[in-house]
Amino acid sequence: MQKRLILDSKLLDITISRLCQQLIENHDQFENTVILGLQPRGIFLAERIKSKLQSLLDTEILTGQLDTTFYRDDFRRRETPLKANATKIPFIIEGKNVVLIDDVLFTGRSVRAALDAMTAFGRPSKVELLVLVNRNYSRDLPVEPQYVGKHVNTMQSQKVLVELKEQGKKKDNIWLVDKQEK
Amino acid sequence: MPQLSTKHLLGIKDLNQEDIELIFETADNFKEVINRPIKKVPSLRDITIANVFFENSTRTKLSFELAEKRLSADVINFSSSNSSVKKGETLLDTVNNILAMKVDMVVMRHSSPGAPHFLAKKIDANIVNAGDGTHEHPTQALLDTYSIREKFGDVAGKKVAIIGDILHSRVALSNIFALQKMGAEVMVCGPNTLLPKYVDSLGVEVELDVRKALEWCDIANVLRIQLERQQIKYFPSLREYSLYYGINKALLDTLDKQITIMHPGPINRGVELNSDVADSEHSIILNQVENGVAIRMAVLYLLAAN
Repeated sequence: MQKRLILDSKLLDITISRLCQQLIENHDQFENTVILGLQPRGIFLAERIKSKLQSLLDTEILTGQLDTTFYRDDFRRRETPLKANATKIPFIIEGKNVVLIDDVLFTGRSVRAALDAMTAFGRPSKVELLVLVNRNYSRDLPVEPQYVGKHVNTMQSQKVLVELKEQGKKKDNIWLVDKQEK
Repeated sequence: MPQLSTKHLLGIKDLNQEDIELIFETADNFKEVINRPIKKVPSLRDITIANVFFENSTRTKLSFELAEKRLSADVINFSSSNSSVKKGETLLDTVNNILAMKVDMVVMRHSSPGAPHFLAKKIDANIVNAGDGTHEHPTQALLDTYSIREKFGDVAGKKVAIIGDILHSRVALSNIFALQKMGAEVMVCGPNTLLPKYVDSLGVEVELDVRKALEWCDIANVLRIQLERQQIKYFPSLREYSLYYGINKALLDTLDKQITIMHPGPINRGVELNSDVADSEHSIILNQVENGVAIRMAVLYLLAAN
């Protein structure tokens, strides 16, 4: 029974700062770029990145929330259904560059669902993916992120547990745990 | 995630408060979906739904069909007026034949109370009651209660008067159950002959004077006189009913407060409700219709998930 810490508060801050710098390299002043956090935990990350970018660039960063529940391909195949969350995209994504943000990239199925969900709002000119934790060698679909906080080698039997202050936790901690323990 | 406690939606009576809250929260998300440029999600793309209507319907049938299509389900429609029911086929045979074509869910309206409950015992598919005679109309009660929640933020503690033909109304019965489960106070109001004998067992206030009912309530849900279900005369004339129970602006203006007006449709304008009330800014009748699609999407989605 192992529980290994992948990122703590301090490391998470450093990682987010680096990711923001990488985003600025590619998107300059974000004139034509918006960010979309994926429900449920990607939205917290998107908010942190937004406020970091805004302090670095001194400009408004358009940020939305995207819920993929109704687009998942495992609906009715899971033991328990997923609870839907809010989708809030108060701007037009047609012709924009979109950066999708999620906490953990595992099989790639959420991202596939997100791409589907996003096209219901328009046709972006370019879509990129930013994830905090990339679980290597675990993809079911050909999905690769452009921006990665941390690469982790994991086994199927393990799970990445994300605890953020926004969820009411005392500290930010991201763990790699055995599923049985969870 | 929480799941519905039932496999079918036969009546509000079978639901608990958590079920209703889950349906409302899911409907919030679907309401956002149906206001998008592309109003469709692929959730039920592998599901086939039969709308089986043994009784006339405009709103409910269209609303269900739209909800099903917005969820990407395959839809087949059946109405008894142009079917083999006229040739003497039984209800169970009709539905079994439809199910033999690999249908996963049945949305049924029938003039006999308990018809969907009977089917639920006999067949495997999920059943949604779209109105069974004078018994229940669960999705209507859900969308009515949801519309109150949307307008006021909360249902608990609100005073709702259901006014009109309570005796023949499945909307009234389902609404009473739903509102009580969500903590609202309910009053029924109508002429004595149109109140059911068992009204005392429902735990609602009873009022014969429509003016007093309006003074009491925050929300008035006005029902249609269901002449098609009345084999005998329950009141002398529609004109007299309208004089005593019709709601018009002049009557509402004499109250010292604003009340919200609801109606499940179809409205008989000039009988139970005057146009100056039905079309006023205090009426949420068209919001009810819009919410109906979101509520039905939520119900179908949650039943399919189980």
